[in-house]
Amino acid sequence: MHFDVVLKQATPMLLEGLKVTIIISLVSLFFGMLVGLISCLFGLSKSKVLRAVSAVYVWLIRGTPMIVQAFIVYYGVPIIVQQFSPDFIISEAMAAIITLSLNAGAYLSEIFRSGIQAVDVGQIEASRSLGISSGKTMTAIILPQAFKITIPSIVNQFIITVKDTSILSVISLAEICNQAKQYSADTYLFFETYILVGFCYLAVISVLMLLSKFVEKKVNYDRKG
Amino acid sequence: MTEKVKVTDLHKSFGKLDVLRGIDLSVKEGEVVCLIGPSGSGKSTLLRCLNRLEESTAGEIIVDGYCISDKKTDINRVRENIGMVFQQFNLFAHMTVIKNIMFAPVTLKKMTSDEAKQRAMELLERVGLADKADAYPHQLSGGQKQRVAIARALAMNPDIMLFDEPTSALDPEMVGEVLQVMQELAADGMTMVVVTHEMGFAREVADRVIFMSDGVIVEEGAPEQIFDNPVADRTKEFLKCVL
Repeated sequence: MHFDVVLKQATPMLLEGLKVTIIISLVSLFFGMLVGLISCLFGLSKSKVLRAVSAVYVWLIRGTPMIVQAFIVYYGVPIIVQQFSPDFIISEAMAAIITLSLNAGAYLSEIFRSGIQAVDVGQIEASRSLGISSGKTMTAIILPQAFKITIPSIVNQFIITVKDTSILSVISLAEICNQAKQYSADTYLFFETYILVGFCYLAVISVLMLLSKFVEKKVNYDRKG
Repeated sequence: MTEKVKVTDLHKSFGKLDVLRGIDLSVKEGEVVCLIGPSGSGKSTLLRCLNRLEESTAGEIIVDGYCISDKKTDINRVRENIGMVFQQFNLFAHMTVIKNIMFAPVTLKKMTSDEAKQRAMELLERVGLADKADAYPHQLSGGQKQRVAIARALAMNPDIMLFDEPTSALDPEMVGEVLQVMQELAADGMTMVVVTHEMGFAREVADRVIFMSDGVIVEEGAPEQIFDNPVADRTKEFLKCVL
């Protein structure tokens, strides 16, 4: 075992990779939430066209592996765009964020929809009967309660997205797994390196889980204690 | 006295099912009207048409001078003056009692937060729940929830109150406290339309009782007339079962 060697040699590059993993995850989750909310509202709208847009989007993303989506965004899309704008290039980070956001967005869209539909229709009628518009009823009555119902599922999706950044090593995003691959290929210290990588993921995801427990406590209005 | 509600030849169908088949109804200012009848007779649907929680299929509904059945009418504006109380209370589960009551007046900018709070406390005082202002709905009994729901509806200072079986989901010992609040409201001159199975309440508080069956009004009149001397066979049959 050469943990001491790995810790000394690989820590800087692994931390560099971890930083990329965290930043890409956070940015992607921000846009993923946005895309998910829009897709969810499309899916619940009265317009058939908007509902179809949402349904096709969710179907395409859920129906294909993320590695395929990543290759299409990173290698495929530039070829098409270069036909019109020859100077177009896409960075690994940009492609990673687009792929992860679209991916998380589709799953979050379904999570949000289930949460919104779980909110008691009676409360919606009560709000409307007071003269409150449907939009305000959505933001003041439905979304806060839907959010509470879906916190565990949302956090679950956050965890999946953090781990999914590792898939983006296939488009040479310099996230932590990619860094580990390079170091261990040079030194053959696979075991030590990946144990260390595992601990890094555990740390990040533990923070997420603690955060989720904290938020769940904050919005705990219908249970005692 | 002016007419608060005027319904003319109202029809409502859910798909092929005709729930309301030609209803004519008028309610004067300050009048308390109780709708009674077997389940499935269309009482609740009629009530829900009065603030367009259900869209009418045909006919005309005028409430407070606004034509509810006209799609161009700004329904949110009209609803501000029509309070509604539901069988299942429908309190906002994520808000405290006082926030439930303050929500509409503050959101619709009818009052500042301070004014709404003061008004909410007055209303809670009136329904006997001032000590529950900071409780969440799940901490209340059914009867308390319904009294809060009444206070919430009153916060908008409505001209008319609609009650949709307000005591049907309550344990028997809690029915009285809710009916008492409603009785006080009636005594204060509120215009009320009440769908109810509480015949005692209808007899005591209503100015007029309407018996509905199969989507039509079978008989209407003063409580003594309906309960003591019903004319239609259908009314007699129903009252024999419930009295």
